[in-house]
Amino acid sequence: MEKRVTFKGIWLPLLLVLPQMLVTAVFFFYPAGQAIWQSLFIPDPFGLSMRYVGLGNFEYLLSNPYYRASFVTTAVFSILVTVLSMGVALYLAVLADRLIKGSGVYRTLLIWPYAVAPAVAGVLWLFMFNTRVGVVTWYLGVLGYDWNHVLNGEEAMGLVVVASAWGRISYNFLFFLAGLQAIPRSVIEAAAIDGARFWTRFRTIVWPLLSPTTFFLLVVNIVYAFFETFGVIHTITSGGPQQATTILVYKVYADGFVGQDLGSSAAQSVILLLIVGALTVLQFKYIERRVHY
Amino acid sequence: MATVSLKGITKSFGKTEVIHGIDVDIRDGEFIVIVGPSGCGKSTLLRMVAGLETVTSGEVQIGGARVNDREPMDRDIAMVFQNYALYPHMSVYDNMAYGLKIAGTPKAEIAERVAEAATLLQLEDYLKRRPRELSGGQRQRVAMGRAIVRKPSVFLFDEPLSNLDAKLRVQMRLEIKQLQRRLGVTSLYVTHDQVEAMTLADRMIVMNAGRADQIGAPLEVYANPQTEFVAGFIGSPPMNFLPADMAHDAPPGAVKLGIRPEHLTLAQTGTAAKVIYTEALGAETLLHVDLANGTRATVRQDAIAPHPKEGETVHLAWDAGNRIFFDSEGQRC
Amino acid sequence: MITREGMVEKRGVGHWFTHLGLIIGLLFIFFPIWLAFVASTVSQPEIVRPPMPLLPGDQFFENYRKALVSGVNAPVAWMMLNSLIMALGITIGKIVISLLSAFAIVYFKFPGRRLFFWLIFLTLMLPVEVRIVPTYEVVANFGMLNSYSGLIFPLIASATATFLFRQFFMTVPDELAEAARVDGARPMRFFWDILLPMSRTNIAALFVILFIYGWNQYLWPLLITTDPSMNTIVMGIKQMFPSGDDIADWPVIMATSILAMIPPVIVVISMQKLFIRGLVDSEK
Repeated sequence: MEKRVTFKGIWLPLLLVLPQMLVTAVFFFYPAGQAIWQSLFIPDPFGLSMRYVGLGNFEYLLSNPYYRASFVTTAVFSILVTVLSMGVALYLAVLADRLIKGSGVYRTLLIWPYAVAPAVAGVLWLFMFNTRVGVVTWYLGVLGYDWNHVLNGEEAMGLVVVASAWGRISYNFLFFLAGLQAIPRSVIEAAAIDGARFWTRFRTIVWPLLSPTTFFLLVVNIVYAFFETFGVIHTITSGGPQQATTILVYKVYADGFVGQDLGSSAAQSVILLLIVGALTVLQFKYIERRVHY
Repeated sequence: MATVSLKGITKSFGKTEVIHGIDVDIRDGEFIVIVGPSGCGKSTLLRMVAGLETVTSGEVQIGGARVNDREPMDRDIAMVFQNYALYPHMSVYDNMAYGLKIAGTPKAEIAERVAEAATLLQLEDYLKRRPRELSGGQRQRVAMGRAIVRKPSVFLFDEPLSNLDAKLRVQMRLEIKQLQRRLGVTSLYVTHDQVEAMTLADRMIVMNAGRADQIGAPLEVYANPQTEFVAGFIGSPPMNFLPADMAHDAPPGAVKLGIRPEHLTLAQTGTAAKVIYTEALGAETLLHVDLANGTRATVRQDAIAPHPKEGETVHLAWDAGNRIFFDSEGQRC
Repeated sequence: MITREGMVEKRGVGHWFTHLGLIIGLLFIFFPIWLAFVASTVSQPEIVRPPMPLLPGDQFFENYRKALVSGVNAPVAWMMLNSLIMALGITIGKIVISLLSAFAIVYFKFPGRRLFFWLIFLTLMLPVEVRIVPTYEVVANFGMLNSYSGLIFPLIASATATFLFRQFFMTVPDELAEAARVDGARPMRFFWDILLPMSRTNIAALFVILFIYGWNQYLWPLLITTDPSMNTIVMGIKQMFPSGDDIADWPVIMATSILAMIPPVIVVISMQKLFIRGLVDSEK
């Protein structure tokens, strides 16, 4: 789509795009280029010079069991976060959609967690499950379950998943509710007249018509789980225990800043870049032709 | 007040030429309607006069001066747009005053001119409203008010009535005509509606595929169309086109014989035709008939005349003076 | 509304089950926040001897005063001010540069327009998390560590807002710009008098989204603010936990957590309509 361009001039528009161009060049393209460049080198042991290794960093990474484990961790983490937060959000949205009035009140209350930073969400959940003072930990102990996410990798994963999913419910809820309310009432009523009960109607009518929203949220939530959950992981587990919750983004940070392994960190950035690129393309493809059924 | 001259105007978008050379001299105070089907280039022509499109070759003169390279605001024109293009966040008053404010007109004078225009257009009670709080006809008036307050030498109208319903369109048509008479401002008016063109124009420019097929007073164009296109476009129902060999005295090269529906009469003898259906419109009745050679023709009759029934065979006659012949290029011959 | 009431499952017992289901959901959502609030109103001994109480105590003013005035490493009031400056800087900076460049892209034809368009399109794909190490180096080289500009600029370098405004400008009828031209408005005058006022709602909606985005940043401030007086509140909370085996000052930490969520919650709740609109727009 093009506008009938109506204003003349060359310097004015260039001046107008200049601020964005500058900021983007300095803080985006240069660093991104650096990441790609650095991924081809390794520093010598004294950090004085860089040695060109071609794709050596990538080969090393892909054969490194820790990195592979981090891939699996990320996949498991993302799927669990996505399914959990979307499931709860859909459940709440379907209920809110059934209300004749009052759904606005629930909506107002349910969007709270969106405003809570992932890192703060991490602290809230850490507090509940803290091994020493956590309320939930204490009651679990009363029930005879010894909760310790500091030592138990699966419990740690469970905790970061729940904390991440919790913060995402609002977002998914809003989109699901909008999607549900966009379904014409007449379609559902026609099905009701045809004798379909609630569950049948949901399965055969609502769910298929909701599929564009669901697919969209699927992609967006995976991106969220990949990148925006850093705060949750850093506050609750710092990637532990034994890297059980080290997702890819956390590993870029850990290797680059804590481990000071720039070549490897840069190579990891490039791999992440490819993953985001693929996800973005997927998302844009979806926008072009809306999914149905 | 000013004359407008277009001299050999052409327009190309990339390599495609869409306007193939228009020449016309518009007198001071004249109301010119540019009419034609969609895509004929009429809006582009108007926008070139406005300065919203560049002129590929040729010259636009306003008041005798070449204005090709002037910005719209420096051409002493005002324009009324098809969708009115009112600024949605400004009141009616501000919409009308905006151009004057930019020009640095003193506040008191702006107020005076806006008040004057508002009175003229019966908008006094609406000056504080936003465009979305107005009806279609009122928005139309505001758009005209915006043009009037600037006291330009030339008004340009780009299909200003096409967003209104039929009844309002007729009413606004009348208002525009009266207003233009009163102000005496040279006006160029673009429309695809030939009735609008007929009723408004002092002279009209009938455009077809980037050319001006004919320029002339409405009745002159109606009575004496220079091309087959003009003949078919102006007039409703349109002119009938019969094979030229139906006339014994057709000039050499003629392939079509044109005759207006009101010039066909029913007679005892003459060309036989079968009535397919009739449309009784009240004041008149239209008979749609098929000739023996398969040509469909329309006959316009007074409502009081006795009408043949559908399916009946009738005989058609016409006066030789009302015939027009066209050659294979669609030109008059 | 009438059509909805006609539907079978909206009546009687089912109606109450619907409310019950929603309330259970709300409890799940609010329990962590409630617990944090309770913890911020009781004393440290009440927390370290589990189970802690589930109803607020009487230490509210004491804990919040302590957090705001002295904090653990830096006063929380100070950190909130840092957060506010960062959030507003990101929000306003991004909106301003995006408005200008979107205006140029939509209303002008200039050399390099396509290239520029595709370059900023690329930025949509890369969150700051992916390029942290080299971005950190750039900021360090500029001497912008522990500074507001270091906090703000790298987070402005993305084009989401530019796309949003471009999309909106495309829906503004061409005739408005032409009418303004005929009225004698030069490009910047048109931008200021007409385009900007017409974009008010979009700007406000984006403001809400970006403010929350900026306020809630974590990784970036964590990297570049080593000086506690430059910490933002969201990243500062984690810094309040003691290293080693010392016991954390939970009441103050939880008071800080509550303080960290208050501004964005107020923004979201009070501008709910704009927020939802901004959310939907920015994902289209």
